[in-house]
Amino acid sequence: MSEPAPLMPASEPVALPPTSWAEMYLRTLAVQGSWNYELLLGPGIGFCVEPALRRLPGGPDGDAYRKALARESRYFNAHPYFVSLAIGALARAELERVPPVQLERFRTAMCGPLGSVGDRLVWARWLPLCSALALLAYALGASPGAVLLIFLALYNVGHLGLRGWGFWAGWRSGMRVAGALNAAPLRQGPVYLGRGVALVGGMALPVLLAGSVGPAHLPLAATTIVALAIGTLLVRIQGRVEGWRVALIALAGLALISVLR
Amino acid sequence: MSLIEILPYVLLGGVLGLDVVSFPQAMVSRPIVAATVAGAFAGNALHGLMLGAIVELFALEMLAVGASRYPEWGSASVVGGALFAGSAPSLPLAPSLAAAIIATLVVAWIGGWSMYGLRRLNGVRARRALPKLERGDSDEVSRLQLVGLTSDFVRGALLAGVGIAVLAPLANLVADGGPIPDTVYLVAIWGLALAAAVSALWVIIRGSSGAEWWLAAGLVAGVGIVVLR
Repeated sequence: MSEPAPLMPASEPVALPPTSWAEMYLRTLAVQGSWNYELLLGPGIGFCVEPALRRLPGGPDGDAYRKALARESRYFNAHPYFVSLAIGALARAELERVPPVQLERFRTAMCGPLGSVGDRLVWARWLPLCSALALLAYALGASPGAVLLIFLALYNVGHLGLRGWGFWAGWRSGMRVAGALNAAPLRQGPVYLGRGVALVGGMALPVLLAGSVGPAHLPLAATTIVALAIGTLLVRIQGRVEGWRVALIALAGLALISVLR
Repeated sequence: MSLIEILPYVLLGGVLGLDVVSFPQAMVSRPIVAATVAGAFAGNALHGLMLGAIVELFALEMLAVGASRYPEWGSASVVGGALFAGSAPSLPLAPSLAAAIIATLVVAWIGGWSMYGLRRLNGVRARRALPKLERGDSDEVSRLQLVGLTSDFVRGALLAGVGIAVLAPLANLVADGGPIPDTVYLVAIWGLALAAAVSALWVIIRGSSGAEWWLAAGLVAGVGIVVLR
């Protein structure tokens, strides 16, 4: 990803009290509360950045506050965790009174990268890795509490940490925040996490299989054949039919036969 | 199940349905969590976990990317976990599990459509609110968020409540047994779930250089664990 030309230098940012940070952080957890096909995350961005805008000259009743809030509530799209990067940067830019035209350009430029980096790192790698670890723990006989703890603790260290880092990086870099997206962990992370998913997922599959239908050889062989045959089919027709739809049809068919006979 | 018995699942469905997209996306709505919690509500967390693990294998294949439509696993796993963990001990395990998985997949599918409907409704609300948003009305911004969050909670709660009420009798009918042996159900359930996981792993490996070797190492380690146990 090439870094866009800096629109303004990231000088020493204006101060924001810890209470405003805390409020903005909590609000980002609900940034998708009104997600819609018209403005996407727009109103959510306005909602999250609002505590910072109260510091503008004139306060919440001032003209600067209202104009800034209107600007920030317009169309915006990003990954819901990486959006904190934009919120930190936009809060700083608004408080530094960056001209509206530059702000608009900045918002437009940020939409694509914040979405694609987040989707690739979180949805396609971090979440499957945590799921695979939880499934392996289940297959190895961990208690329900332990499985939940492993999954939720691990996932949310990444989740909440990413949101916190996003605020910090966005606020620190201001409108030069695109550089933060170029950081090595974000570029290389998906590759390493992908290997981790392959390793843990690979470990989990045979252990889950062995525990699925008991020790008898015939059912075990049958389950392996079904998994490999349908799995190969799903890989070959990737994107056209998902596994859950095939399962729904097959299991509903079995259930129907069972009920009707 | 009576209305009073369904109520805890209705609330759980609302909370976990909310987690899928709106708040706080901490992934408590993942099947392995949601079904286990619902199972614990029904007094059998272990059965909830078993169902959750199987549905999690299906969910691995689906990416919750932006505006795409995907199954809503949170409220659906509450329905499945409640039905399987709450099934009578006299009923055979495998058909009960199959019935609960069918119920989960059906509700997840309907849930995906309900999220699409809610997003369109949110769009109508946002369009109506545009004049106030353009004036920088902070009350309107907060109201949009609050109404959206509340609607999503109600959506998840209704889905769980109606799902359990409608599908519990059907699930009991299937679970009551029939001519199909338990082994056939288990082979079908696990075979299909593992197939979905294989497909999901393939997509991830394709996008990560060298990951095929890590998968091979994982498979060898997994087989080693099975042999040693």
